[in-house]
Amino acid sequence: MDTDRVKAICAAHAGLEGPLLPILHAVQAAFGCVPKDAIPVIAHELNLSRAEVYGVVSFYHDFREAPAGRCILKICRAEACQAVGGAELAATVLRHFAIDWKETSADGRVTIEPVYCLGLCSVAPAALVDGEPHGRIDPVHLIAMAERKL
Amino acid sequence: MMRVFVSSDAAALAMGADGVVRVLRATAETRKITLEIVRTGSRGMHWLEPLVEVETASGRVGYGPVKASEVPALIDAGMLEGEAHPLCIGVVDQHPWMKRQTRITFVRCGIVDPLSADDYAKLGGFEGLKRAREVGAAATIEAITKSGLRGRGGAGFPAGIKWKTAADAKADRRYVVCNADEGDSGTFADRMIMEGDPLSLIEGMAIAAFAIGASKGYVYARSEYPQANATFAKALDVARAAKLIGTTFDIELRIGAGAYVCGEETALLESLEGKRGQVRAKPPLPAHEGLFGKPTIVNNVLTLCTAPWIMAHGADMYASIGFGRSRGTMPIQLAGNVKHAGLFEAPFGMTLGQIVDEIGGGTMTGRPVRAVQCGGPLGAYFPRALFDTPYDYEAFAARDGLIGHGGIVVFDDTVDMAAQARFAMEFCAIESCGKCTPCRIGSTRGVEVIDRIVAGEKREMNLALLEDLCRTLKLGSLCALGGFTPYPVMSAVRHFPEDFKARSSSAL
Ligand SMILES: Cc1cc2nc3c(=O)[nH]c(=O)nc-3n(C[C@H](O)[C@H](O)[C@H](O)COP(=O)(O)O)c2cc1C
Ligand code: SF4
Ligand code: FES
Repeated sequence: MDTDRVKAICAAHAGLEGPLLPILHAVQAAFGCVPKDAIPVIAHELNLSRAEVYGVVSFYHDFREAPAGRCILKICRAEACQAVGGAELAATVLRHFAIDWKETSADGRVTIEPVYCLGLCSVAPAALVDGEPHGRIDPVHLIAMAERKL
Repeated sequence: MMRVFVSSDAAALAMGADGVVRVLRATAETRKITLEIVRTGSRGMHWLEPLVEVETASGRVGYGPVKASEVPALIDAGMLEGEAHPLCIGVVDQHPWMKRQTRITFVRCGIVDPLSADDYAKLGGFEGLKRAREVGAAATIEAITKSGLRGRGGAGFPAGIKWKTAADAKADRRYVVCNADEGDSGTFADRMIMEGDPLSLIEGMAIAAFAIGASKGYVYARSEYPQANATFAKALDVARAAKLIGTTFDIELRIGAGAYVCGEETALLESLEGKRGQVRAKPPLPAHEGLFGKPTIVNNVLTLCTAPWIMAHGADMYASIGFGRSRGTMPIQLAGNVKHAGLFEAPFGMTLGQIVDEIGGGTMTGRPVRAVQCGGPLGAYFPRALFDTPYDYEAFAARDGLIGHGGIVVFDDTVDMAAQARFAMEFCAIESCGKCTPCRIGSTRGVEVIDRIVAGEKREMNLALLEDLCRTLKLGSLCALGGFTPYPVMSAVRHFPEDFKARSSSAL
């Protein structure tokens, strides 16, 4: 891990009130995750304890310890999507890639993360494919989209 | 030059709006048609997205839902001239679904160019802030109080009283915080405004800041809304260029990190301060000691977006609409298995049945409506027998229900209510901030107990245990995540007992 890069990210956010979350987002954008080694660096730069920083990182669902696969599927698990077959859809897609929630396929290609509502409840079931919204999805298309990205 | 409007609302994008725009551009170019394509927010008729609107002498004529591949044929058929076609819905403003609404909070959404200050001004923007400055801070707070506007984030607390409390607190610094964490499933109104009329939120925050004497504002938005956040960030630049902010008051956009509980206002403040999103005990109220210990008003997006209209049109006008103590309008969000899904803004007081059956048109699958969940994951499931309930905070509360943030999720008769109750408990376990034992641990016990009930294991005893567990959650929780999870669970048990009978193992 590039310590100087983490330090630079901290410095770039020095002017903010309560800068920890923006820093963690920026670190994850730069490294694809919040590397374990980044935690003491951030703690030092912000004058916090490692435990405090680790406590924050582990609290939020978004922060990963290891980089995700090349394509990230965020599939909605919440009620409006459930009402139109969202649970079955997710099960089919997970089975296809032979993984469980929050896992990356063995070939490192796809990571599937659960989300609880994407605000696309009127066009459910919904998913984000690398941040792109898709509504009224069916498993065949969702799998095809993920594989097209690979 | 011809003007065409296509939404870039995330729901429209999710249904292929960008592809439609690409083909529109390409086709216009090959046919040498000069075309201006304006990307707006959505009108809220999401079952018609992507909706293409063309400017005609009689108004904007709509076509939808349009597939990218159909665009050349639609142009051949005279779409750009507003000609008839099976996909044509006529003048959009005259569409029965639009005409039946009272648009206040969403008055410009889907019409205005979201990133044009000129367009915003032409459609009545900036008037509210101007008026606030004319009448002064105290009279602004009085107007918001008199309008009867209640917080649209869920709790329905009177906005004016909150503002007054913060304004009266002695401090050298005050904050306006916009709660844009919209975590409730079945809701998307905040997202739609941030994408479709973001300047109204900025103006609303500027009015609030002027009223309470704040110099800094934060919008706490969710990472699950990348499009809304990108649009809103651009809107902040537009607002600075137009001097709406950036002089005495400025706004910063902050993005959460996927924790539902951070929608709770004190957890949100902790998160803004860079901490774990754990709920604070009250008192102190955020209006006394909020962000970094300073007086802070935390308001939902819709609450703030409604302030400009109230200031521009008068508190009495707003207060004259509504039902009981629920004044004004509610942007109702119809979601899930419903034919006419989308956003419908109406005065409080319609019955739930009217909303689901008449406005929503029943289910998308065409099967009977069996249950609707109102007010997000902590809201009760209503059976058809309660469809006479008027849409009003107090009337819903009297039936152990919630209006919440205005979401209504429709389920047909294939729904398994025991599975829905189980999910409510599971969601509570996943999203608990960990502070209270019943919420942190009791929710996982709840999942196990429901599993045992449907497995037929000591059914009566386990049903009693579930009820007991719900009572403990209600009494032993610091916030509504643990405290309200019993509503979806117990409403499912009470109204749909047949789903909690023992099943053969093959049915599980
Ligand atoms: C678990 C939980 C989640 C909440 N999520 C939201 C939310 O996403 N958006 C929101 O505006 N209010 C949410 N609230 C309500 C807020 O605590 C608070 O009442 C609201 O932001 C106040 O603004 P208002 O008065 O304008 O509604 C939530 C409350 C709880 C207990
Ligand atoms: S009820 Fe749950 S989410 Fe709310 S404060 Fe207690 S533990 Fe946290
Ligand atoms: S419930 Fe799935 S997008 Fe809202």
